[in-house]
Amino acid sequence: MGLHPQALTPDYRSSRLRSPNQKLLSLPPGQGELTGPTFGHGLIGPNDHDLIINYAAPGAAAIGEQIMVHGHLLDENARPVPQVLLEFWQANAGGRYRHQKDSYLAPLDSNFGGCGRTITDNDGYYSLRTVRPGPYPWPNGGNDWRPAHIHFSCFGTGWAQRLITQMYFEGDPHIPLCPIVQSTADPKAIEGLTARLDMANTEPMNFRAFRFDVILRGKASTLFENKLEGN
Amino acid sequence: MTRFQSASQTAGPYVHIGCTPNFAGLENMYGGHELGAEMFSSDAVGAWMTVTGGDFDGDGIPVTDAMLEFWQADASGRYAPHGGSEGWGRRAVDAEEARYKLRTILPAGLGCEAPHIKVWIVARGINLGLHTRIYFDDQDNWQDPLLAAIDDPVRKSSLIATRDGDHYNFDIHLQGDYETVFLNV
Ligand SMILES: [Fe+2]
Repeated sequence: MGLHPQALTPDYRSSRLRSPNQKLLSLPPGQGELTGPTFGHGLIGPNDHDLIINYAAPGAAAIGEQIMVHGHLLDENARPVPQVLLEFWQANAGGRYRHQKDSYLAPLDSNFGGCGRTITDNDGYYSLRTVRPGPYPWPNGGNDWRPAHIHFSCFGTGWAQRLITQMYFEGDPHIPLCPIVQSTADPKAIEGLTARLDMANTEPMNFRAFRFDVILRGKASTLFENKLEGN
Repeated sequence: MTRFQSASQTAGPYVHIGCTPNFAGLENMYGGHELGAEMFSSDAVGAWMTVTGGDFDGDGIPVTDAMLEFWQADASGRYAPHGGSEGWGRRAVDAEEARYKLRTILPAGLGCEAPHIKVWIVARGINLGLHTRIYFDDQDNWQDPLLAAIDDPVRKSSLIATRDGDHYNFDIHLQGDYETVFLNV
């Protein structure tokens, strides 16, 4: 079942002019919706999943709290989604993106680019290493701050499973205040987007681990009964 | 055991950092190679063509932070004919006019479906990625079940790229009088 946000969520002001007025047109999935691109492990460099060093000068590292984020990519029936591409992007530890249009006063970190990628293994498992991103202010309601978050881009086995979402951190006081988080409206959905501190996989004197699973729509055989609801 | 799908969240204004990092200014990220830059290898068989267009909001303002992805069959109507990512592409729209340019081959139709390219659009302000299709005005579209399901001619024309010399034009309107038809796939 899907708990996706509606297109128009007025408290998130950017959605006002970027949400279709018309209903989505439903169609049964065809060959093109059930298939999708695949990417081999050959694509992925050894440091692509490690945002601490993948943009850093040799021997240098990004500034910030070092963390590992890991979990499984699954479908709604809890089946692993193996061998698919995940991409990540985020602000640096001060809440600043490496982007021409981000003029927030927190400084750039010359050793932090802010993007990474990996391919899930045969169990749908993935992991990345990064620095915990900072919260940042954004122009919306006058004094809105995003909770710390990592953007996730996920492929499935079929085109209809394509998903972009965001991962938040357990306990962040900005989660209930953020109009983007609250676009989902359902507490279960927000819980599903919140990574949990994982002490069992935290490396003593090294880094903390956070666990975050991503759940995609069902695969081919079940797509039809898993149509988006309320659209 | 069933689990709730992870809810979609907007790709935000900086999706280009994650998906087209070199375009976003991260010099030499991933060896300088942008994923999805080529739809097909240059020796792919078919009629090569160019599709260009822009992406606009409800006030007609260019949506300059959008990312578009494309997925299509090859010239014999097969998706992923050799596995891999052939038939898939990705574009950051440009920072001034929100335009894109896609060099690809004309796909063949499949069953009743007329030749088309699937498009997925994400940007700041889009809470759930939008699916649509590019059909072609010089192809045989009359049997296509999706087009047949749309009565309003203006709505229908929002899905059909217009040929202009050796290329096609296809604009995307997220909202308003010329709103593109978006799909629940
Ligand atoms: Fe962000």
